[in-house]
Amino acid sequence: MNYSLPKAFQEFDDAKKENFIKMKDLKEKGKNVVGTYCTYSPTEIIKAAKAIPVGLCAMSDESIEDAEKHLPRNLCPLIKSSYGYALTDSCPYFYFSDLILGETTCDGKKKMYELMNEVKPVHLMQLPQTTEGQMSFDLWKSEIIKFKERLEEEFDIRISDEDLKKAIKDRNKERKALKSVYELGKMVPPPFTGENLLSVLYGTTFKFTTEEIIDSLSELRENALKEYENGNRPVSEDKPRILITGCPMAGATMKIVKLIEENGGTVVCFENCTGLKAIEELVNEDIDAYDALAEKYLNIPCSVMTPNEDRFKLLQRLIKEYNIDGVVEMVLQACHTYAIESYNTKNAVNLVNDTPFISVETDYSQSDIGQLKTRLTAFLEML
Amino acid sequence: MIYSIGIDSGSTATKGILYDGNNKEIVDKIITPTGWSPKKACEFIRDEFMKKYNLKREELYIVSTGYGRVSIDFVDDSLTEITCHGKGAFFLSEDTRTILDIGGQDSKVIKIDNSGNIVDFLMNDKCAAGTGRFLEVMMNLLGSDLEDLDIITKGAVPAKINSMCTVFAESEVISILAQGETKESVAAGILNSIASKISTLAGRMNVESDIMFTGGLAQSEELTKLISEKLEKTVNTDPLSQYNGAIGAAIVGWQKAKRRNRKNSP
Repeated sequence: MNYSLPKAFQEFDDAKKENFIKMKDLKEKGKNVVGTYCTYSPTEIIKAAKAIPVGLCAMSDESIEDAEKHLPRNLCPLIKSSYGYALTDSCPYFYFSDLILGETTCDGKKKMYELMNEVKPVHLMQLPQTTEGQMSFDLWKSEIIKFKERLEEEFDIRISDEDLKKAIKDRNKERKALKSVYELGKMVPPPFTGENLLSVLYGTTFKFTTEEIIDSLSELRENALKEYENGNRPVSEDKPRILITGCPMAGATMKIVKLIEENGGTVVCFENCTGLKAIEELVNEDIDAYDALAEKYLNIPCSVMTPNEDRFKLLQRLIKEYNIDGVVEMVLQACHTYAIESYNTKNAVNLVNDTPFISVETDYSQSDIGQLKTRLTAFLEML
Repeated sequence: MIYSIGIDSGSTATKGILYDGNNKEIVDKIITPTGWSPKKACEFIRDEFMKKYNLKREELYIVSTGYGRVSIDFVDDSLTEITCHGKGAFFLSEDTRTILDIGGQDSKVIKIDNSGNIVDFLMNDKCAAGTGRFLEVMMNLLGSDLEDLDIITKGAVPAKINSMCTVFAESEVISILAQGETKESVAAGILNSIASKISTLAGRMNVESDIMFTGGLAQSEELTKLISEKLEKTVNTDPLSQYNGAIGAAIVGWQKAKRRNRKNSP
């Protein structure tokens, strides 16, 4: 069979739109579904409960107007979008979810979950505010165990240690498969555009079995490399190489990637939560499963943590590994933690060979395209 | 090629520079209101230069910049105003390392190196706070002309204006006037608030001397003085500073044309 690379990218791009039908089939076969919003969600527990974890809709402005009936206007669009979809029941994945998993990450999210809980039951995990110290670790581990107990009760099952070990192995395999694709961004020039890469990263979250994820990714990788060797280079070598950091990016905020790539740059690495932030580190398969999960998830360098030095270390490593010419940070409107951390982020980025840094604030509307274009183009002209 | 033209299509005014790169000198300049059609204002500048100096289109290399740059189809190239302001200010004075620009609808702080390349920049938030537009609205409210700005604010004690947002500041000014504050001190208060805004923006970067203040508002000596006080540093202006973006565009245009000619010659 002929493999078409553009078609494969398109397939990832369409995964969110198309795969709810697959989910419907799985539901009809009696599968349970747990909806998640954040990379802190320990999906291994959900998989060990023989349920399907799925990221819920949160990336478009179509649901924001409805959300603002209950939520303040001056709030992060991701939170408003999530809640709007729940309130109007217009996200198929929310509709199929038996339970919603939330975490006490930022202030906006944790208070929004109180309202969401009235639409559908939300299990809220208490996330500590620091990664440091035994108390944080113990709290987070006990929260993971509590979540496991909640699922056992909800779905009337028992999660054995073997189930969990298997789920950890599977999720690690998925992470490795993703990693083997996004690490191709280190090539000069990269074998795909940043827009393609983001479609793959985001689209993978709407694939529901380990086999499907691994197969589609390794097929994509092989073919991307084959095309590359045949001389089909979608990106020219002289383009400035951009790393994206900051808030999660997909859907409406794909505009940032498009603007960068339409105006002379190429995005080769996404450090954010839609990108590699939560994929880089695997779960340790050799120690107690709950200890391993607590350690892995607590190590995600999100700006809700204080201090958050690991994000700076990660950025500095990635700038070198991916030969980055400039770092673009996207901060969603009213995201205090990323907005405040931006000052130190800039300093950390500048420390590596004076790598230029720009932070842009945006929301899910398309009305600021002009202003964003000026800022991003000027940034690219400067590189 | 004889000359390059730089056109800066700003939200309020469109500026044009005719540049002779061989002698590194500005031959002529034009400023015209942008009006409702940025494209028409740009065409006007092109036509004026061509008529006055009897130039053919192929004898020119035209580069556009500014927010209206995308609407112009007759140019050879277009660049963002950030890059052009950097090049322009470096042309006006090679000692310039920081540029403060207050335009009609945005303000920016740009840092350049000792070759005039941009090292870093910041633009204001997506609103009119602290911009030329802000001042225009406020001066209308006071029934004064922008040209009289320095005359009425000189020596006046600035009234305290807290709101940065143009819409909120408007209602605040109305209530301050109702309380009996003089027009002079309100105008001085408005200048003070604009100076604060750009100084805060500058404070977010490590500002280095020499500092050049550009854009239409740089014509105000009072505002320049206020910014200098707030930054505790000397702030320079240039009689041509309103043309800064257009100068930068013309200079880049000249360099690009030279490169193009080199490519085309055997």
